Amino acid sequence: MDDKLSFFKDGIRLDGRRPGELRPVKIEAGVLERADGSCYIEMGGNKVIAAVYGPREVHPRHLQKVTRAIVRYRYNMASFSVEERKRPGPDRRSHEVSKVSREALEPVILTHYFPRSVIDVFVEVLQADAGTRTAGINAASVALADAGVPMKSLVSSCAAGKVDGQIILDPMKDEDNFGEGDMPLAMTPDGEVTLLQADGRFTVEEMREAMETARKGCEQIYEIQKKALIDRYSRLEDPKEEGSGV
Amino acid sequence: MDRIDRRVVIPGELLAEDPKKAGEGTYVKDDKVYSQLYGLVNHRDKISVIPLAGKYVPSVGDTVIGIVGDITVSNWIVDINSPYEGLLHISEYPKRIERDEMAKYLRISSSIMVRVKDVDSTKKVELTLNDRRLGTLNTGRVVEISYTRVPRVIGKGGSMISMLKKELNCNMFVGQNGRIWVNGSDEDMDLVLKTILIIEKKAHTTGLTDRIMDFLRTEKEARS
Repeated sequence: MDDKLSFFKDGIRLDGRRPGELRPVKIEAGVLERADGSCYIEMGGNKVIAAVYGPREVHPRHLQKVTRAIVRYRYNMASFSVEERKRPGPDRRSHEVSKVSREALEPVILTHYFPRSVIDVFVEVLQADAGTRTAGINAASVALADAGVPMKSLVSSCAAGKVDGQIILDPMKDEDNFGEGDMPLAMTPDGEVTLLQADGRFTVEEMREAMETARKGCEQIYEIQKKALIDRYSRLEDPKEEGSGV
Repeated sequence: MDRIDRRVVIPGELLAEDPKKAGEGTYVKDDKVYSQLYGLVNHRDKISVIPLAGKYVPSVGDTVIGIVGDITVSNWIVDINSPYEGLLHISEYPKRIERDEMAKYLRISSSIMVRVKDVDSTKKVELTLNDRRLGTLNTGRVVEISYTRVPRVIGKGGSMISMLKKELNCNMFVGQNGRIWVNGSDEDMDLVLKTILIIEKKAHTTGLTDRIMDFLRTEKEARS
């Protein structure tokens, strides 16, 4: 291992984190004027914005369901979000991410309150640094709450990875690109998993450890999501604003 | 307004251990009450959550302000500021009219005050204009706010709206769907609209009626 590059130096990762540590997370709810609900999130180097529209009328008509609302989720990466320019427009990867992210959120949305309607979720990745789908889900979940969509709970999401045979939380770009595995997970606060993907190789034992690690990350993110929503309200009530009239 | 127990909650937050207390905006799981909305908790005999945002869903008996969007063979299709459009059948017009003359009575873009007559399980909304208190709005202006703010514009027992009407010599009607009709002199209407937008922005704060009163006083002084 001496002449080979290592992911750890004295048990500390290349970006200075410990194996079970998240990158800094910043969440702000209600950032867009035109959308019914919105959220901006930074998870380490990831910068993602989510906008929710609806419930609203379904176009094209044939997609509508008579008994419940449908959910559409569009994950899109800006052409400038990665080092090498990304060709704009939907591709195979973004289709997949959209599908799994939608399925990660659908179980918590109480769609039966809005038959024949659609809830549109748009997730735009402005800057990518490994783990954009998890950042997108976190933002979308806050944006849905902000839009007043009835839900059973929020959804929090976070990835675990494997580098140098060790399980780590929230891999950053280099750990994702050159590591041995990446496992995004999304779950509700009471521990129901709504998304679990993995690439790379995990033994059964590593799999358990990785899930447990990602779970802990999700729990931390949930608290930040919760705080973001409550802060939005107190921000509105901020006495500094009172000077504007009332 | 009482400041107590108006805590902000998020979906999935535990509200109570007693399932009998579950009110609007909550759901029960394993005999515990959780919030299903992002909003303010209201403790009365039941626990409910008042939403901070969301879309208007029509329910029978609501009086709303609609805008005619299209005319079909025997229905006016009315936008009611909701995910669902309203249907106003020709027979619900106060007097008998011929099908080919529908556009004479209610044109596309006409504003009307209508009542929700029926809503079925697929949210097909039937409206009626057949009441003395309903009708077309040919004068004045219509503003749109979030339907969640309607109770604040009306105020406790109508305190806010009656104050606005009195202070500004305006005629007003607040539709359940968040559209508000105002009629008065141009100057008064400008101030009403300005005030309504403030109420919408500050809807979740306490002592609102009093502060709006102060606001109106200063605005009126500045005017004279």
